[in-house]
Amino acid sequence: MSSPEPAVHHHGPPQSFIRKYVFSLDHKVIGKQYYGLALLAVLAGLILSWLMRIHLGWQNAAIPLLGKLSPTGAPGNVMTPDYYLSLMTMHATLMVFFVLTTAPFAAFGNYFLPIQVGAEDMAFPRFNMMSFWVTFVAFVVLILSFFVGDGPPLAGWTSYAPLSSVGGVAGPGQGTGQTLWAASIAIFCIGQLLGSLNFITTTLDLRTKGMSLARMPLSTWGWFVTSVIALLAFAALLPACVLLLLDRTAGTSFFSSAGLVVNDQVLPHSGGSPLLWQHLFWFFGHPEVYIAILPGFGIISTILPAFARKRILSSRAVIGCMVAIGFLSYMVWGHHMFVSGMNPFSAVLFSLPTLIITIPATIMVLLWLGTLYGARMRYTASALFCVGFISVFITGGLSGFFLAQPSLDTYLHATYFVVAHFHFVMALAAMFGIFAGTYFWFPKMFGRMMNDKLGYLHFWITFVGVYLVFFPMHYIGIMGFPRRYYTWTNFETFSGFADLNFLVSVAAIMTFGAQLLFLFNFIYSIFRGKLAPANPWNSNTLEWTTPRHPQHGNWPGEIPTVYRWPYDYSKPGAESDFIPQHIPFSETPESNLPHENELIKLEGMEGAIVVEEKKH
Amino acid sequence: MGKLFGVVVTIIALVSAGIILARVWWMPVDISTIGPRIDKQLDETMLATGVLFLSSQLILAAFTWKFGDDKERKIKYFPGGGGPLIAFAIILVGMEILVLSFVGSKVWASIYMTPPEQGSLQVDVAAGQFAFNFRYPGPDGKFGTVHPERVRDSNGNFFGLDPENDVDARDDVIVGTLTVPLGRPVALTMHSKDMIHSFYVPELRIQQDIVPGLTIPLHFTATKEGRFEIVCTQLCGLGHYSMRAFLEVLPQDQFDQWLKSQSGD
Repeated sequence: MSSPEPAVHHHGPPQSFIRKYVFSLDHKVIGKQYYGLALLAVLAGLILSWLMRIHLGWQNAAIPLLGKLSPTGAPGNVMTPDYYLSLMTMHATLMVFFVLTTAPFAAFGNYFLPIQVGAEDMAFPRFNMMSFWVTFVAFVVLILSFFVGDGPPLAGWTSYAPLSSVGGVAGPGQGTGQTLWAASIAIFCIGQLLGSLNFITTTLDLRTKGMSLARMPLSTWGWFVTSVIALLAFAALLPACVLLLLDRTAGTSFFSSAGLVVNDQVLPHSGGSPLLWQHLFWFFGHPEVYIAILPGFGIISTILPAFARKRILSSRAVIGCMVAIGFLSYMVWGHHMFVSGMNPFSAVLFSLPTLIITIPATIMVLLWLGTLYGARMRYTASALFCVGFISVFITGGLSGFFLAQPSLDTYLHATYFVVAHFHFVMALAAMFGIFAGTYFWFPKMFGRMMNDKLGYLHFWITFVGVYLVFFPMHYIGIMGFPRRYYTWTNFETFSGFADLNFLVSVAAIMTFGAQLLFLFNFIYSIFRGKLAPANPWNSNTLEWTTPRHPQHGNWPGEIPTVYRWPYDYSKPGAESDFIPQHIPFSETPESNLPHENELIKLEGMEGAIVVEEKKH
Repeated sequence: MGKLFGVVVTIIALVSAGIILARVWWMPVDISTIGPRIDKQLDETMLATGVLFLSSQLILAAFTWKFGDDKERKIKYFPGGGGPLIAFAIILVGMEILVLSFVGSKVWASIYMTPPEQGSLQVDVAAGQFAFNFRYPGPDGKFGTVHPERVRDSNGNFFGLDPENDVDARDDVIVGTLTVPLGRPVALTMHSKDMIHSFYVPELRIQQDIVPGLTIPLHFTATKEGRFEIVCTQLCGLGHYSMRAFLEVLPQDQFDQWLKSQSGD
């Protein structure tokens, strides 16, 4: 195996303000733009969840100013049932698409994938720029859908047909709002397709000398596998959204069956299938879960060893697990549809690969725990979010055991148990990965350090908070309470939830407060944080070999050549407790393994590619 | 900080698992013949995942407690490297998966892949924004044909029947409460007139989406008398949260009387 020559970089440094900061071709600027978009979206999404929790915790309480936001949605500041569903729909859409996809994948991936493989930029800088601005347009369209006259969309982030496909007759929120929702997601797909194409090409073609695939940091592996998943997943969602738009605007009936009766009128549809939408949606939707979480696996596997001062246990196994999860993620979409009315036999077939995914997931957790064993772990805020990630991922993964079994899903499906499950395994784990990455990479992105003490406070409130918010939802679900309910007092069976709901709401508000701490720390540190040293965490990956403020092209001189894997922490015999990837073996004779001494001979040779194929 | 994390994770793990062990909040009473098997499956899954949950969280707690930033201590490596851990995960989780999915599939098949018993009580279910309606075939034992264009919520023709031209439809009994006899198998055929709805009775332990355009079967046998709520669990519009009906389980003789009084109208 040989590493290809890094391609020569074609675009010159930008001159004007607009080319530098707005329509920039620089992957670092685009990464920051994605991060900023994610921050904006997460803030909006959190506010929406906050409103929902206030409503659920204090039944039908008036929420000051809500009536100003939407006079029809909250007359007298008390939200209506349809407005509640709209808040829920917007919360989920913002979070899944514009936070959990953009932050860990598009933002960090854009900034750090090229630097970590030793490239001056992405393979297609123009596509990269388009990718962000197309995503931004999708964001604007989604926000518009929230403020249209005939009501914001309320069909949930899954937008099941025919509720989403027949148009305004289906009730409030099914008019312009739902059309804009579908348009927004279709546009979003295009943005992510451009992005993932770029990630794949950059990883395969633009690695620096010596950067074999096996030497890539696991974070890069995470983004690479994610981009392959994203390319296939968004390619399925895009046509689904286009068909939905056609159903809504052009009178087609892809997702609407014949004989629908609304308000005593037969709708003019025939020949469509509501289940088709579900198959297309979940063919994207399940891999999407891994688009959110796989970068987290990679980020944790890269950051954890840096703080543990210890090599990761079995780097190749982690890569294998990520690839296996990516592969299996395409065979399990039907587990969202056990009780959907599809052939019950297929439930058995979808159940098995779903359960099998827990094997690579368990292996990764054990390998992280094995890495922690005997480490000299330095507990910075970033490191705390790493171990927090492991905890919430275990919790969320295990509840998957219940839902993966059709015989239990028939009871737990569409209850709060599902809400607890996906928040832990996808939302929280991914968020913890994002936070770990932010505290870790902030010095690189902005040249300054984030405040430690605020970081600790942020972690502790968040960690305890999320368990208080989401663990009780398991109990609510086990009692059989359905998700997406405006109120729980309408049913005799569920009327005893006041205490649990109150607890969840109070914890949610507290946790939300901690995120404002983070936001303050983030913005304050950009301008006033301590100046960051070149390599604040004594880390091995290539991004720390760039100047404090990496300019266009990342390295002022030559791109460093890579001689080793990124996990030489506390190598036995070494003088320093870390040896970055660009240090040749000839400089570290005291710690080289026998096969590494062999490689020294090749290092001096002109044009020789130094590749080490020993297993780790 | 690592030590504190260890303590916090231990507390979280013990409290969350303790509440489940104590069953402070648990499933409602079971009223169906398949319920005990589902409950057993849930218990076994809870035990298997509970052991994994507690052991992994406590190991995480122990490692963060013990292996902090101590310059004096030498780095230690996991005995045997990653290999044994990987083998352990494959064998342990693999066995768990095989056992759970083997037993679970049998339970699933007994509910969804077995035809209803001969002589089951036939009930037709119509779901629509935001109500369930139920139809019994009446003395002739035959359901009248459904005509979507005749559906009128305004005059109570929820099923779109045409009693003038359709003899079978004339004696169909249409009610808003699903009344069933105790201990007798019930075979539902369900359809939706507008959106996807879902039929869920937590006490019966079953849930089934009702998709417009399809006729979806579901069968159960109730084992306890009483009145229970039927809940819609598929987002169907603004009134989703209030879409409910009742399941009323009566002894056979009372049921017969009830059905008779209904057809008498």
